[in-house]
Amino acid sequence: MKPIITAEHLSKRYRIGAHQASYLTLRDALARAASAPMRWLRRDESAEAARTLWALKDVSFSVRPGEVVGIIGRNGAGKSTLLKILSRITEPTSGRVDLYGRVGSLLEVGTGFNAELTGRENIYLNGAILGMRRTEIMRKFDEIVAFSEIDRFIDTPVKHYSSGMYMRLAFAVAAHLEPEILLVDEVLAVGDMGFQRKCLNKMEDVSQHGRSVLFVSHNMPSITRLCPRTILLEQGQVVEDGPSAQVVSTYLGSGLGTTAVREWPDLANAPGNEIVRLCAVRVRNEAGEVADAFDIRRPIGIEMEYEVIQPGTVLVPNLHFYNEEGVYVFVAHDCDPEWRRKPRPTGRYFSTAWIPGNYLSEGALVVGAALSTHDPVVVHCYERDAVAFHIIDSLDGDSARGDFAQPMPGVVRPLLPWQTRYIPHPQAQTESMAVAGERA
Amino acid sequence: MKLTTSESVLEPASPVGVTLPERPLVSIKPSGAWVKLNLRDLWLYRDLLYFLVWRDVKVRYKQTALGATWAVVQPLFTMLVFSLIFGRLGGMKSDGIPYPLFAYAGLLPWTFFANAVTASGNSLIGNSNLITKVYFPRMLIPAAAVLAGLVDFAITFLLLVPLMFYYHVALTWHVLLLPVLLALTALLAMSVGMWMSGLNVKYRDVRHTLPFLIQLWFFASPIIYPASIFARWRWLLALNPMSGIIEGYRAALFGRPFDWPALALSAGLTLTSLVYSAYSFRRMERRFADVI
Repeated sequence: MKPIITAEHLSKRYRIGAHQASYLTLRDALARAASAPMRWLRRDESAEAARTLWALKDVSFSVRPGEVVGIIGRNGAGKSTLLKILSRITEPTSGRVDLYGRVGSLLEVGTGFNAELTGRENIYLNGAILGMRRTEIMRKFDEIVAFSEIDRFIDTPVKHYSSGMYMRLAFAVAAHLEPEILLVDEVLAVGDMGFQRKCLNKMEDVSQHGRSVLFVSHNMPSITRLCPRTILLEQGQVVEDGPSAQVVSTYLGSGLGTTAVREWPDLANAPGNEIVRLCAVRVRNEAGEVADAFDIRRPIGIEMEYEVIQPGTVLVPNLHFYNEEGVYVFVAHDCDPEWRRKPRPTGRYFSTAWIPGNYLSEGALVVGAALSTHDPVVVHCYERDAVAFHIIDSLDGDSARGDFAQPMPGVVRPLLPWQTRYIPHPQAQTESMAVAGERA
Repeated sequence: MKLTTSESVLEPASPVGVTLPERPLVSIKPSGAWVKLNLRDLWLYRDLLYFLVWRDVKVRYKQTALGATWAVVQPLFTMLVFSLIFGRLGGMKSDGIPYPLFAYAGLLPWTFFANAVTASGNSLIGNSNLITKVYFPRMLIPAAAVLAGLVDFAITFLLLVPLMFYYHVALTWHVLLLPVLLALTALLAMSVGMWMSGLNVKYRDVRHTLPFLIQLWFFASPIIYPASIFARWRWLLALNPMSGIIEGYRAALFGRPFDWPALALSAGLTLTSLVYSAYSFRRMERRFADVI
């Protein structure tokens, strides 16, 4: 069957630091233009390459009408960029996509809602922003209101809505766009269970009518449940494209491609800049040995080794933890008073962050390591997926698991102090006395 | 809760009711050095233009104590101050029209133009949440900001009626040209505003440059003085498209002869700059979502 989406060799390049460049002033631009001929002579190809990031690289796939395709991958793998290209928010650097149908995106529901306007007014405004004609909105108006369950407040400004009502209304408008291609980015996390089910029904409806859905999610259970087929993206490239169960298991296993040690022996090619370079990241146990598997009860040390080349900069080493589902578990900034807010002299530094035992949940964790300055914010280097380690919760009975032997959800698993206050029933008192009496 | 309803999604869906078009509805590819204006998309999204204008108007008056009165206060008080300083104290010539009326007729298009350029120049930044999340022809945003100013213009215009009665100035058939002049003003505001809004995304100091630029432009336009005081150098003034337009408003309102060459030059400059700024906007547009 003829595909409804064909993407061929899609690539998208971002210039690192392009964001700062956006706040460039006219004056800077003029000064640059004046010095441009000089810079052109001294153009350094490798420096140019180092400052570009391929958010997508040579991505090709096609989707048939009625297909529901999941898109998974770690943060920064290119999922959002792909959706942004498909929804025409941003242009690809090269490659092309042919769309044989109208695209509706639920990238961010409620886009363009204006707090001052009433629910009714926002339905029209939002509908038009999403690409509906006025007549089309009028035709679907009652249905949208009914779907959102806010009919009583339809003429109230949305600033008085609860966040749940707001999301319901926003989703209702987006869901009634009836596009042939629907792009969904984790919106199912909104609302209560009843409303979520309604949303899932709507998605199902869409695919049953021969329309296609691209569903980006970090939630593996909903991917396998909703999508027969899944595409795995890794660093902007398609790593695997096939039946969801298979692709999801590849993905869950892939966090382990990273090991407990990552070293850059050649300082010149190490991540960083002219101020500081990251030399190594290691996962260590209490004994100081490099380890990649940890008992849940034991502390875990993440060591960053870096060399300050140019003195005088305040540096904050920081670590970013993701679990195997790509959930951003936490960020740790070095707040050690010894070096905090102090410009650093040149030399080799080893900074270690200790994660206490009985803190993280079991499973694989992937660590990103960065060196930044916080005032003003400058990221000197950020090495995503620098190291990874495993946490194992054995069934010894003295972890937070207790005697529970089944899978336990949650990104953390702290061992909390529990207290129970007991007020004995008068009858129970006599019972226990009886038990005590028997024993005696 | 079990989400049993979604189970059937696992089955390959039978495509009912969808017939794919022969040719793709949309082809996404990098735009080359020469961009197209994509007027077809503008037409497809015409309802959005209407709703954006409507939103801007509605929100503007929703939380103001004076509401629409603001539209009158600004030109009215400026007119009073100008009449006092330039008319009374300065003895500025006004082509035989009572100075307050003369100044008001100049301020009428100018206030609209200046407010429209400012609103439109800052419009993209103000709507960055839309730009990073949905596709639609970006040009609609600065265009809507200009059109929303028409409501203020209409209110300001209404105040002209009692003023004309007061000074016993009668309307002539010349007034029929007013819609054309208004359209020219709006198009000029659109071309400047659109261009500025695009630059504003890239260079944040445009925001500070804009008021200054408008202030200079004000003095380069025949608002407090008549174009006639330039005598032989009048053609130089006419290079400013607003000058032909403003003099045109006076001619239309007070039944005076039109300066056709100056008006034609204004129209020509306006259309040229509109085309230039539309293409330039389209070229800047592709990077909006990445840099805003």
